Amino acid sequence: MMDLSSFLDLIDSTIRLSTPLLFAALAGLYSERSGIFDISLEGKMLIAAFASASAAAVWGSVMLGLCFGILAAVAFSLIHGLASITYRGNQIVSGVAINFIAAGLTIILGQSWFGQGGRTPSLFGGGRFTAVELPFADAVRDVPVIGPIYSGVLSGQTPLVYVAFLMVPLTWWVLFRTRFGLRLRAVGENPAAVDTAGISVTWLRYRAVIICGVLTGFAGAYLSTGQAAGFTRDMTAGKGYIALAALIFANWKPVPVMFACLLFGFLDAVSIRIEGVDLPLIGQVSVQFVSALPYILTVVLLAGFVGKATPPKAGGVPYVKER
Amino acid sequence: MSRPYAKLPRWIDYGLIPLVNLVVAFLVAGLVVVAVGESPLEAAALMLRGAFGYAEGFGFTLYYATNFVFTGLAVAVAFHGGLFNIGGEGQAYVGGLGVAAVALSLGAILPWWLNLPLAIALSFAFGALWAFIPAYLQAKRGNHIVITTIMFNFIAAALMVYLLVGVLKPVGSMAPETRTFDAGGQLPKLKGLFEVFGFNLGGAPLNVSLFVALIAAVLVYMLIWRTRLGYEIRTLGFSPRAARYAGMSETKLIVVTMMISGGLAGMMALNAVMGDQYRLAIDFPQGAGFVGIAVALMGRGHPAGIVPAAILFGMLYQGGAELAFDMPTISRDMIVIIQGLVILFAGALENMFRPGIGAAYQRVRFRTEEPAGKNVGEAG
Repeated sequence: MMDLSSFLDLIDSTIRLSTPLLFAALAGLYSERSGIFDISLEGKMLIAAFASASAAAVWGSVMLGLCFGILAAVAFSLIHGLASITYRGNQIVSGVAINFIAAGLTIILGQSWFGQGGRTPSLFGGGRFTAVELPFADAVRDVPVIGPIYSGVLSGQTPLVYVAFLMVPLTWWVLFRTRFGLRLRAVGENPAAVDTAGISVTWLRYRAVIICGVLTGFAGAYLSTGQAAGFTRDMTAGKGYIALAALIFANWKPVPVMFACLLFGFLDAVSIRIEGVDLPLIGQVSVQFVSALPYILTVVLLAGFVGKATPPKAGGVPYVKER
Repeated sequence: MSRPYAKLPRWIDYGLIPLVNLVVAFLVAGLVVVAVGESPLEAAALMLRGAFGYAEGFGFTLYYATNFVFTGLAVAVAFHGGLFNIGGEGQAYVGGLGVAAVALSLGAILPWWLNLPLAIALSFAFGALWAFIPAYLQAKRGNHIVITTIMFNFIAAALMVYLLVGVLKPVGSMAPETRTFDAGGQLPKLKGLFEVFGFNLGGAPLNVSLFVALIAAVLVYMLIWRTRLGYEIRTLGFSPRAARYAGMSETKLIVVTMMISGGLAGMMALNAVMGDQYRLAIDFPQGAGFVGIAVALMGRGHPAGIVPAAILFGMLYQGGAELAFDMPTISRDMIVIIQGLVILFAGALENMFRPGIGAAYQRVRFRTEEPAGKNVGEAG
């Protein structure tokens, strides 16, 4: 059976693994709540991971890395905005295009700049996010139960982990307690009504898409400069899509999104751990099954547990002002 | 009602605008080549020479094009039903199992021309099966087909590695692939046919699947525009509410459309597995399933557009391989970028140049008609 320390270890890696999902899912939340479906979370995370690892490798500064990651992701968001808001294109087609462009561009540019087969040089020192020790982490370490939880799990994460989880209440507040949030939700349900009230649908949706870019920028930067020490080929490995699944699973609501991401992160953490372990009844699980597990579980969760997903009504539909 | 873009003549709609979109996509791709410090013109010349400059290269171009005809048709059929099948890669991969099942079991017994129809049937069945679950979940549970088919790509990759490493690999072999098929499991190459016309295809793996692909293109045309099922599929794609109102079963249509789509993707395995490698190996589709998306968008969902689009991408694959040899900074991943740019400009941004081209067309027409109008005015 599992003891406390390995259980805490599992929770610790759950938090780490759900952080990029959380950033990406919240990013998608802003975009989709404004009526812009975004399948390109994956590509934006990827380009951001690459841009931040590159900048961090060249200048040795993780903060510069983060800035470049955000810039790259916002640039890609604007392409998505241009296609789906200004030119009323198919939003899914646009998202797919962005994912391909990001996948190819990261390798081509990485190879040309660093010559390491698409990887960026390994990051060290100031090029990476380092763990933050919360106050009194050392002092309470020996307190039973609470001590290990506080100093082992809550403390000692990289700063972006805290940012991600603080984004949840912030997002809730922005969406449900500010005028901007009200309008953002309205434009995803009934853009014509927002337009009638004299508010620009276009500008509102662009702002949502830019916020989406910023958050996917964080997600990508976390992957390559927080979780790992550098960019590797296709390092997002479907996380953008899993984040999207989490968003649907959570019915486009910020707090449930957090729990959905924690669930997917937990499954990921478990699937890493069951490799090579003898399970009762099943026996040893093959490596391939373990690697496919997050994707299988995503399908199963979506198929079995989503009651009736109610996406924003105007989602995916370009808005055309009547003339 | 939304205001549609101005109606334009067909040659602009189906000829000029896609061409402009394509040219812009390639111009942007050229910028990427500039960014990595190479000359785009030189790259284009190398690519063209690699793809069309000699008979063997041309053979390779057509070989790749065969793959893309299958996957392009697959994506197009789903598009007509308003479904975005992004899982062609996984369906093609699993389709390989169907081909391998026929070739491994009957390869030593039956000749290739008897095995071919069986392999077609089984590759179609396996691809269709892999598309069935996402289709069913979309139809019954409303799970978005895009997400489930993407997940099924990842699952297919894991499943196939598991099967190749654990089950299908011959005893004592290290490589994760099946044994080489017997003669009856190998499709004949078209080398001999081209030699009649004086071309030497060399080692190009072009094989009879090319004809299967072309027949499939004709059949897809007939299915979509000449049958009742095709009419229903198009109705579903145009307006699911209209389909429902007309008494068509949405569930049945979604499942059938996706299974046809998955089956066509699965048939891609004929070309790669039975026509070229003669064994089932890891990751044999090599992204062909994804290229199908670009091909279908560029071909505007019509087989008559898909075949030339597939040849264009065949050219990119073959020329790109030669290019990577001469310009090491430009690897095969360049094609992924071009693919993305084509999807972006021919698909998502297809309306970008439409107003401009429409306005220019109106102005030209107005100017040519103006003298006539003036004469009328003077007479009156």
